[in-house]
Amino acid sequence: MSDVVLTLPSVEPEEALRTDWDGDSLVLGIETSCDETSASVIKGGRRILSNVIASQSDLHSEYGGIVPEIAARAHVEALTPAIAQALVGADTTLWDLDAVGATLGPGLAGSLLIGVAEGKALAAALGIPFAGVNHLEAHLYSALLADPEARWPGVALIISGGHTLLVHVVDDGDYDLLGGTLDDAAGEAFDKVARFLGLGYPGGPEIDRLSLLGDPEAIRFPRAMLRAPGFDVSYSGLKTAVVNHVRRAEAAGEEVVVEDVAASFQRAVVDVQVAKTMAAAEHTGASRIFLCGGVAANSGLRGGLAAACAERAMDFHVPPPELCTDNAAMVGACATAMLRRGLRTPLGASPDPNLPLVSPL
Amino acid sequence: MLVLGIETSTPQASVSIGSEEGVVASALAARRPNYVEFLLPAIRFCLDGAGLVYNDVEGIAVSRGPGLLTGLRVGVATAKALAQALSLPIVGMASLDLLAYEVRYSPKTICAMLDARRGEVYYAMYRTSPGGIQRMSDYSLAKPEQLALGIAARSDDVLLVGNGALLYRGIFAEADAGTEIGTVGDASPNAVALVELAAARMRRRDFDPLTGLNPMYLRRSARPIEWDRMRGRRSA
Ligand SMILES: [Zn+2]
Repeated sequence: MSDVVLTLPSVEPEEALRTDWDGDSLVLGIETSCDETSASVIKGGRRILSNVIASQSDLHSEYGGIVPEIAARAHVEALTPAIAQALVGADTTLWDLDAVGATLGPGLAGSLLIGVAEGKALAAALGIPFAGVNHLEAHLYSALLADPEARWPGVALIISGGHTLLVHVVDDGDYDLLGGTLDDAAGEAFDKVARFLGLGYPGGPEIDRLSLLGDPEAIRFPRAMLRAPGFDVSYSGLKTAVVNHVRRAEAAGEEVVVEDVAASFQRAVVDVQVAKTMAAAEHTGASRIFLCGGVAANSGLRGGLAAACAERAMDFHVPPPELCTDNAAMVGACATAMLRRGLRTPLGASPDPNLPLVSPL
Repeated sequence: MLVLGIETSTPQASVSIGSEEGVVASALAARRPNYVEFLLPAIRFCLDGAGLVYNDVEGIAVSRGPGLLTGLRVGVATAKALAQALSLPIVGMASLDLLAYEVRYSPKTICAMLDARRGEVYYAMYRTSPGGIQRMSDYSLAKPEQLALGIAARSDDVLLVGNGALLYRGIFAEADAGTEIGTVGDASPNAVALVELAAARMRRRDFDPLTGLNPMYLRRSARPIEWDRMRGRRSA
């Protein structure tokens, strides 16, 4: 019988010699930070062999938002089959894997626990390294997965329902936080405005769709922080302005064109984010922009940043929509980059729902 | 058949390795352990202590509740991943069965009971049978006051066992002075009993399907908080 070595530090030197993390390494990524159960096999840190995403959004839509207890229950049911499917999709087996990576945080505590518990148990039983991944850092790697030409350094905008961050990405694991949101995340503002307009959940894609039919100049919503120094943004005022506008118009008996409200709201968000991102590029001297996170699927933001980059002859990298939403491929890619640098997460680790984006030690 | 068992349905978490012939290693932590920090190092400790490696294990057993939600999910998720990685059969056992099994030599009817929080208990009724126990009721959720009335109305003598019985012992004693309450030693289900019961099922090849094995909740998931005051307003 073969001896399964589990004390990770003791396998490290040998492992480092044996595994070519940039070459033929196979890493299983697991993502359960919120309401998507996802598993993926990544080869050499850059090639997606499979990326299985089981979305729970149907389970949550009747509540108009994510219910943590429902999410946690669904992850327990969905993760094992998702892993099996990812392995089949990659035409490989668990025994061919070189490592397992799972999201350690930030995210919902009960959801994170499932991916971390299963990821660690798989790594322990298979006798391979485990890497606990920062979800925000993983989003950065989605930009690399999409484009073989993409390289650090650059300025990255991570924008989703939970986060709005401008980051100077110097190198793998070397990040300077330039700015964030003072209140709501951009995606949260989209969801709240969509809910107010009666567009259902999740509301971001619906606002994007309606925006194409409306006039973005119809209503002049405020652009908070646009002229303020620094790279922070704020969305609670914008959300209030939308509510006030609609209420005032209704009270005055005017017709409210939902498409115009959606288009004008989206334009305000895009204007602020594009301006702040370009200012960050100027500040850092970066010539490359990365756009990632769930709101990176927004057509207005993609188009706005692409145009601004083209104007300045800067490179612009944005993943396809399926890599913008939460997915395990980016977790596998991020885990591979960590393992290449010799980072391992001990099997006694637990998730951190508030894990910040900082350079790993 | 060497079985690795995981029990995390109460604030006491335990891991055990053994067979029908008995336990070869076991680890236990009480008082609100961080289940996800505890389990894999505890398994490592048990394997090392018994001179075993993961590949020696022949089956995975897990307590599927009812019990504390976080513990159950971490336990079931860990057990499923181990079974998946090692290609082993898996067996899920009810936490209440494990509790009742611990007191199987009692001549009385057994009511196994675990604290379900929010002023309720999970419970099931058992009678002893040759070599074990037999469940006579569904796994249920009740207020201890209601359950106490039901037990007081019974003609047979009942032994109440588990942390639910200890927590609400005053209520049960008041409803029926003759009711016997179990000891603190039997307050939580234990992975040792889990392995013993699961090994018997494993021998009969009575396995659970890996993907269908999930915690037993007995309670609908919590309703969401009304998280936006603006909700419900519709535009024209
Ligand atoms: Zn995300």
